[in-house]
Amino acid sequence: MNKLLRKNLLAGPYLFWSLGFILIPLLLIVYYGFTDREGSFTLSNILSIMTPEHRKSLWLALELSFVSTVICLVLAYPLAMVLRNRGMGRGSFIVFIFILPMWMNFLLRTMAWQTLLEKNGVINGLLAALRLPPQGLINTSGAIILGMVYNFLPFMVLPIYNVLCKIDDDTINAARDLGANFMQTLFLVWLPLSIPGIISGITMVFVPALTTFVISNLLGGSKILLIGNVIEQEFTRGGNWHLGAGLSLVLMIFILISMALIAKYDKNGEGSAF
Amino acid sequence: MNQPLINLKNITKSFDGAVVLDDLNLSVAENTFVTLLGPSGCGKTTTLRIIGGFETADQGQVIFDGEDISKLPPNKRQLNTVFQKYALFTHMNIAENIAFGLKIKGKSKTYIQDKIKYALKLVNLDGFENRSVSSLSGGQQQRIAIARAIVNEPRVLLLDEPLGALDLKLRQDMQYELIRLKNELGITFIYVTHDQEEALTMSDTIVVMNQGYIQQTGTPEQIYNEPENAFVADFIGESNIIHGTMIRDELVEILGARFACVDKGFGTNKPVDVVIRPEDIDLVEPSRGTLTGICTHLIFKGVHYEMEVTTPDGFEWLVHSTDMCPVGKQVGIHVDPFDIQIMNKPASEDEEAVGVNE
Amino acid sequence: MSRLKSIFQQTWQNLYLAAILIFLYAPIATMMVLSFNSSKSRTQWGGFSLQWYRDMFASRNIMAALQNTLLIAFLSALIATVIGLAACIAINSMRTVPKAVIMGITNIPMLNADIVTGISLMLAFIAFGISLGFKTVLIAHITFNIPYVILSIMPKLKQTSRATYEAAMDLGAGPIYAFFKIVFPDILPGVLSGFLLAFTMSLDDFIITHFTRGAGINTLSTLIYSEVRRGIRPSMYALSTMIFLIVLSLLIISNFAPKKKEQI
Repeated sequence: MNKLLRKNLLAGPYLFWSLGFILIPLLLIVYYGFTDREGSFTLSNILSIMTPEHRKSLWLALELSFVSTVICLVLAYPLAMVLRNRGMGRGSFIVFIFILPMWMNFLLRTMAWQTLLEKNGVINGLLAALRLPPQGLINTSGAIILGMVYNFLPFMVLPIYNVLCKIDDDTINAARDLGANFMQTLFLVWLPLSIPGIISGITMVFVPALTTFVISNLLGGSKILLIGNVIEQEFTRGGNWHLGAGLSLVLMIFILISMALIAKYDKNGEGSAF
Repeated sequence: MNQPLINLKNITKSFDGAVVLDDLNLSVAENTFVTLLGPSGCGKTTTLRIIGGFETADQGQVIFDGEDISKLPPNKRQLNTVFQKYALFTHMNIAENIAFGLKIKGKSKTYIQDKIKYALKLVNLDGFENRSVSSLSGGQQQRIAIARAIVNEPRVLLLDEPLGALDLKLRQDMQYELIRLKNELGITFIYVTHDQEEALTMSDTIVVMNQGYIQQTGTPEQIYNEPENAFVADFIGESNIIHGTMIRDELVEILGARFACVDKGFGTNKPVDVVIRPEDIDLVEPSRGTLTGICTHLIFKGVHYEMEVTTPDGFEWLVHSTDMCPVGKQVGIHVDPFDIQIMNKPASEDEEAVGVNE
Repeated sequence: MSRLKSIFQQTWQNLYLAAILIFLYAPIATMMVLSFNSSKSRTQWGGFSLQWYRDMFASRNIMAALQNTLLIAFLSALIATVIGLAACIAINSMRTVPKAVIMGITNIPMLNADIVTGISLMLAFIAFGISLGFKTVLIAHITFNIPYVILSIMPKLKQTSRATYEAAMDLGAGPIYAFFKIVFPDILPGVLSGFLLAFTMSLDDFIITHFTRGAGINTLSTLIYSEVRRGIRPSMYALSTMIFLIVLSLLIISNFAPKKKEQI
């Protein structure tokens, strides 16, 4: 018993750390979200999400991140399937190549697209060389979606790929053996068995896309405001922290929903990306 | 034999340049229990997967009921497979697993319900409809895998080492169940195993394979009692394989002693391999034995004693007997003529395989 | 027939893989090319030049940010590894319920949105009276790094058989000696890859740094952000190329080096 206690002491620094820098900070957001500048209780910070401009920025963020998530899923699933069916092991270099951008500084990645899309950027330069009229590519919703898909695609590929790798070849063979054609096998076996990975991937794309302010700032210009931009401005431009915290709490509802989804569909952490 | 249901013609298959099957020919009669038996890597599973459609042969044809199905994908073949590790769909319950093939074929709800009931009864798991796959034991999962296959009324059931993951007692029970199932259903079973006892117990026909070649095809009795070469003799049961010389028809010389036998047609003074099963050796008084030796090893095995008798030339005879002979005692070795099996010597390692592939 | 079909299928699959690869790497490659372009234009090749790299190394801002970035990455990875390793050993011998609670807390920074983590830390530093600066960025990085360390070490620790540890004790080794001689070598690959993962995550972070850095200090990420908003200068491409190559080599080391070790 004594020995066990001594061993548990090793967790002390970590527990202390997570109390001080994970739990208390989160409670502080809650505190700020429910108080005004004088420190008295209020719901107005939360309810300000109902004002037209905030509602619009939340709705736009939901819309763009939803579209990006769907595109990521549609692109990533076949990719993960091809990688799995080629029998490439998890340590294989090819798989590594597809996952690699996940670890690249995403400011750099976004900056790269800015370079390509800008008014006098690479794509318009190429168009000019072909004597085609320049296009207004940057500062559009499309540019933001592109940036989101580009930045978060590997986060969709990896968990799906990990789950697909755990499906036994013979399970697929069994479905074929019982008469299922490719589409039937896909919808009756592949997809249901990969739900943990799909859910995990959706969360890993949807949450950062929904809350981003960088991509919208760099690719969307100053006119397109997502909820992330609103919150960021409240905190960094001398705005109202209480309001920012309140809006963050609204965002946290969506994050909690995704955590709950993961907990429900990915009990054993099969779909985890790491 | 009646018209074969499945005919493999000149099947050749290699993986990454390594030849797994080389010009293999095999025919399977309708309503028989055929076992492909051999050590791992002998090509038996590949053969099964080619029949099932999960691998395509590099060359050769798969003829099913007179039709060439070599190019058909698995979902269009009239046969079903029971996989080694069951391969049940873990996201479905038992009833959904069994119904899978029937739903694909668009059978009616009532038909499917009846079939599920019937199949579960057949494998002695009535009432398991709503259980989850993970709540079943290995043996139960295997029965469900069988039920899932047979509800589709395949003409052939392919079984890939289906009992390999079960423990001994369960394996023996399942062997009897499989025989019962085969008799009740009246369909053809093609069974892959490396377990010779399983093969001997269940099969109508055993196909012994090694290194991509068929070594011998025959009934369990033929395979056990009249192995065609040293590989078969060694792989099926235990045996004493001894270098000998065929003096003339019905007389063979082993280790300097002459034994009467029943084999003919090997010529005179020809070197041969002689197979004698350990249980066919009678230990007698030294004076009555064809050879004499000293018992050098004794182990009690339950049903019988396992002994080693060393003859003066140093050969160690493996003997199984219910009579015990103490270590150090001198004994005579006697073998009845019909218990001696004579085989041609292979000219080389390669021919050992090729020579019997007829 | 079926062979032709499968060749057809293979070709399609290869095309698909290639298309995605191009999508993923073309923008990065463009930046790399531009970093060597002597012309400031993004569409005209003015000849090969290392001018932007010289600019980069000459820039005091960039060099200060680089120094901060590396120092924070190294220190935060190191401290996170020590805290995480100790926590892993304790967690591994815990009962189910406390274990689940701690692993749940561990998951929070990983699943939470970075913007929320960043804001919450910023609020906490101000509430604790810690002024924003190098210190706070370091603490923030340690905070989000610990979970990655724990998730790298835990699986290795679970694999390590209790029996070998107990055998060592049985043969007379004390628990600390047994740990360092028997258990530690086993989990070392996990510890190293946890460290490297933490290092990379720290290099990579922008959002949390953005909220916790205060006015005085920049990391490369925050520097790039403020620069880019004013318009991209080619020295940013040079910087990007360098960061890309550093992260690439780190990832190759952390992904492929420990595996080689296991094979021996």
